[in-house]
Amino acid sequence: MEVFLEQIINGLTIGSFYALIALGYSMVYGVLKLINFAHGDFFTLGSYLGYTVLVFGSAIITTHFGLWGGLIIAMIIASLCLACVGVAVERAAYRPIYPAGRLPAVVSALGASIFLQNTIMVIWGPRYQAYPAKLIPNFHIQLGGIHLSLLQLVILILSFCLLGILYWIIQKTTFGAAVRATALDKDTASLMGINFNKVIFFIFTLGPALGALTGVMVGMYYRQISFTMGWNYGLKAFTATILGGIGNLPGAMFGGLILGVLEMFGAAYISAAWKDVFVFLILILVLIFRPNGLFGEKLAEKV
Amino acid sequence: MKYSKILNIDRFFGSHQTALFIVFGIFFIYPFSVSNYYIDIGFFFGIYALLGLSLNIVLGEVGLFDLGHAGFYAIGAYTTAILNTKFGIPILVLLPVSAVAAGLFAYIVCSPIIHLKGDYLCIVTIGLGEIVRLALINNPFDLTGGPNGVFGIDFPSLGGSFIIDTSLEYYFLIWIVVILSIFGLIRLQRSRIGRAWNFIREDEVAAGASGIDVRHYKLLAFVIGAALAGVAGNIYASKLMCVSPESFTFWESCLMFCIVLIGGMGSIPGVIIGAAFISLFPEIFRPFAMYRMLIFGTVMILMMMFRPGGAWPRKRGGIEFKSLIAGTGRKHV
Repeated sequence: MEVFLEQIINGLTIGSFYALIALGYSMVYGVLKLINFAHGDFFTLGSYLGYTVLVFGSAIITTHFGLWGGLIIAMIIASLCLACVGVAVERAAYRPIYPAGRLPAVVSALGASIFLQNTIMVIWGPRYQAYPAKLIPNFHIQLGGIHLSLLQLVILILSFCLLGILYWIIQKTTFGAAVRATALDKDTASLMGINFNKVIFFIFTLGPALGALTGVMVGMYYRQISFTMGWNYGLKAFTATILGGIGNLPGAMFGGLILGVLEMFGAAYISAAWKDVFVFLILILVLIFRPNGLFGEKLAEKV
Repeated sequence: MKYSKILNIDRFFGSHQTALFIVFGIFFIYPFSVSNYYIDIGFFFGIYALLGLSLNIVLGEVGLFDLGHAGFYAIGAYTTAILNTKFGIPILVLLPVSAVAAGLFAYIVCSPIIHLKGDYLCIVTIGLGEIVRLALINNPFDLTGGPNGVFGIDFPSLGGSFIIDTSLEYYFLIWIVVILSIFGLIRLQRSRIGRAWNFIREDEVAAGASGIDVRHYKLLAFVIGAALAGVAGNIYASKLMCVSPESFTFWESCLMFCIVLIGGMGSIPGVIIGAAFISLFPEIFRPFAMYRMLIFGTVMILMMMFRPGGAWPRKRGGIEFKSLIAGTGRKHV
């Protein structure tokens, strides 16, 4: 029972990473129908920026703001930078290609992904980088028989708070409504007075910023980052997006959480080597029986 | 001229026959005038051309998003590797066997998922490709050799006397296979099957209503595309003499996807150009060392900006591709 609960906690931690990345993915995907391959690299870039701030700025920042302050500043700097990068990439690589349609944009996104990945490699080098140890005191909590490190607890709370805030933004605010409306039907949304360009600006700042935050958290959690890791997380985020149903933003969140829990269960009860096979098998089975994802609505077919 | 009638060169290249002969001439003279290293680059260009052609059937002709094509390629390569090292069956005998194995695999795994639309199909093919790769790494039944792969694959030989073992001979082997496939594919494009595929790409519902068995033709495209990828896998395995799972990653599937889109969807000369871009570009820019992939990414973006329909779009394509590129059913940006 304890193992089961611990696996759920581990799964939710990883799942919340996937959910946060998937949310950025899903917003772009829903509004532009663009498979944004570069999103995984936004995440990696955020992780590296956080690393740089923590390693090179740690002496200055931590003495002035304390440990927690240092972490928060690293996250804020990383997400602000990535918001700018996101908008820049959108202006340079995607905007000129919208009129040509969605398939050329996929190639352009792949090009942007290669570009970002290699920029990271050129700047930080091809080797693995390690996040500084003891960012958070090594402190364990006993909770009804479950071991929980303070780091994991902090990450869980932080990511669930973020997910909650985002859920609120998407479901309750005007901006969220605009994004959802545009995802549903761009033309009608424009007729209702929604500024399409503003929506795009919004999703390309919020998405990459979230990716960067997740990148810093992943760096703290696994302590090891590499310039190619975004590829794998991007793939998982895309999987989560589709699992939840295309264009369904809360669906993408739940898709990510489900994916993380499934992965951990696969690793614990089947075999660690086959966990991704297990995840993809479940995905395929879900889509065979629910061709529009778990939470997707059935769209009427055009005749 | 008679041959041009048989092979439809007239309709395919129209007035470009002279250009065609010049291109053939360059391809023939090239390996005799450069060192082995550059002949090998020409060989890998051929492999990518064959892979591009195979994906072009699924993506270009029928418009099905397949981002897991490396899985079929892997099945072909591993079929060759395992049967050759365990049972000593000659490589050229395994060429059709690999094609059948990859085609059969495609038939089995694609049958239950063929009803999925657009991006849902895309993610499922990604999943399939990843499952194949992970299964190869995990070494089921001690067959695939795990992350190290299978070693010691033979050279192909013709009747035991002539063994294909130099770079030059491999170069001609792959390009003869590519040229044969191109002729086969041109015939296929013009046939009832090809027209049915294009109809499905343009409007699936209308195609179904006109009596085309949509499911059957989609599966057929996957099977033929996979079989051709299996052939590429066979030649690749014998050239490298070993296969390992890292040659068949998601990245490889993405490259194939780019080959088709950079060249022009459904256009055979376009696919060759796309393959040339993907395989030759990183070599040409080798002097830039660590910046070359940076340039590669930038050029990919620029190409899509200036030629969104591909380098050599299919001739009739101007109007009909718009519906597909503009999205699935609904109007987009």
